[in-house]
Amino acid sequence: MSAASAPEREPVLRVAGLYKNFGDTAVLRGIDLTIDQHQVVVAIGASGSGKSTLLKSINLLERIDDGQIFLKGEEISDPRINVDSTRARIGVVFQQFNLFPHLSVLDNVTLASRKVHGVDRAEAEATALQWLERIGLRDKVRDYPDRLSGGQQQRVAIIRAIVSNPELLLLDEITSALDPLLVGEVLDLVAELKAAGSTILMTTHEMQFARRVADQVIFLHGGVIVEQAPPAELFDNPQHPATKEYLARVHTA
Amino acid sequence: MSARPGSLARNLDGTPVSAVEAGRRAFRRKQSGRSVLISLASTIVIGFLVWLTVVNTPGWALVQQSFFDPKVGWNYLPAVLLGLWLNIRILFFAAIGVAIFATLIAIIRSLRSPVFFPLRVIVTVYTDLFRGMPLIIVLYLVGFGIPALGIFPRIAPEVLGTIALILTYSAYVSEVLRAGMEAVHPSQRLAARSLGLTHAQTLRLVVLPQGVRKVLPALVNDFVSMQKDVGLVSVLGAIDAVRAAQIAESETYNFTPYVVAGLLFVVISWPLIRLTDWLSARARAREQIGGTV
Repeated sequence: MSAASAPEREPVLRVAGLYKNFGDTAVLRGIDLTIDQHQVVVAIGASGSGKSTLLKSINLLERIDDGQIFLKGEEISDPRINVDSTRARIGVVFQQFNLFPHLSVLDNVTLASRKVHGVDRAEAEATALQWLERIGLRDKVRDYPDRLSGGQQQRVAIIRAIVSNPELLLLDEITSALDPLLVGEVLDLVAELKAAGSTILMTTHEMQFARRVADQVIFLHGGVIVEQAPPAELFDNPQHPATKEYLARVHTA
Repeated sequence: MSARPGSLARNLDGTPVSAVEAGRRAFRRKQSGRSVLISLASTIVIGFLVWLTVVNTPGWALVQQSFFDPKVGWNYLPAVLLGLWLNIRILFFAAIGVAIFATLIAIIRSLRSPVFFPLRVIVTVYTDLFRGMPLIIVLYLVGFGIPALGIFPRIAPEVLGTIALILTYSAYVSEVLRAGMEAVHPSQRLAARSLGLTHAQTLRLVVLPQGVRKVLPALVNDFVSMQKDVGLVSVLGAIDAVRAAQIAESETYNFTPYVVAGLLFVVISWPLIRLTDWLSARARAREQIGGTV
């Protein structure tokens, strides 16, 4: 936990006692997690450990079975809240990019600004162009997503998620569908966002990257967070046997 | 996941859920209970208003007498049912015919090789022609034109009607199927061919099953549409449900048999309509695990 965060400041995200079942399978079994402003938390764990479900639950894409989720102190797991306006405060990037194939790069990036946040087109496009310039895709703005490489598509998807300044950014295995040469350019962008002060919860299999950007690493196993620590500590000196086993297998792979 | 009934909801491990979750479930129960009540109340009010309006029209007594006479309806029910049996048989054979013929046409239209160019032209002209032509004209042309050629022995009007239906509906259904086949992502063909499947095997085992699934609602829609158009074979003189009702009407000067026939058509199409809704809901649930948006 960074010492800079004032104790009285509300954490961006607080998850308390989160349970989620799929039918008779318990996927999340009591998750407690706090993310402060500007903090980057990386969730690691084997496939099926519940990482993606955790992210989906936070974005209200899954109805949880118990527990509470707070965004800047407001309980978003309350059924009375407005789901759409809550999601508008959270940026999400998916493994499969999920760009809209029928819209140009620029329209993909500006869609939510224009239709959800009510920004007029000229202003939305100006902001979008600044970002696209920054990631070196200025000359692709009129192209359609299928003309872009996977890495370029994923970077556009990230820009699409952050262009309206979300309070929290959720990144769900955003490099898993990319070939290794393209992973770097996507992760560099994430590191840049961290430097710019974004609050991020991400799942990944890129341990080196987790070590580089994470403030906290959480290890999920069997639906619970069995270990949480700063990256140096968790990677170099894991405490829980499940963490040790997982890391050993990842490193030998 | 929906809340289980009973006041003590439990987690999968048997522990009771937290007070917060219990409160959420109570709130959702209340919400859904309320929406059921609201929809019930609004249905009753609207139904009552409609009934009041109809009953108070000046001609209602006369309409009730000549369209909704239970005695006439009951007396002619057997005759109409017997006619309906013919409709069902025609529908059965026409559906099989359309399934085969439409699939063939869809496949021919999707062939790319230049060798098949003339074949493609023929089926294109066919689909354009029969999609544009009113069914009743096709019925007259087939029903009275083919016998007039004098080359076949006498053919029953229901058989000719079935042929006309197949000709018209195959044109529509083949286009629906083609749209479905083209909606299957090209990577699926690549994957199938890479396994060594031939073009025909790829179509039959990979493309068609997925394509049909994509257009299932549209196909059932065409089927239901055909099911009521079967009633048009009455113009050729086949004694189906519509014809039976017409005969009854000419005997009694009462239109109730038509209403009976109409309702029977609705009754036989209803299970299928519900079935497709259920099928497509199930397919959607399976393809999108979790994720309620």
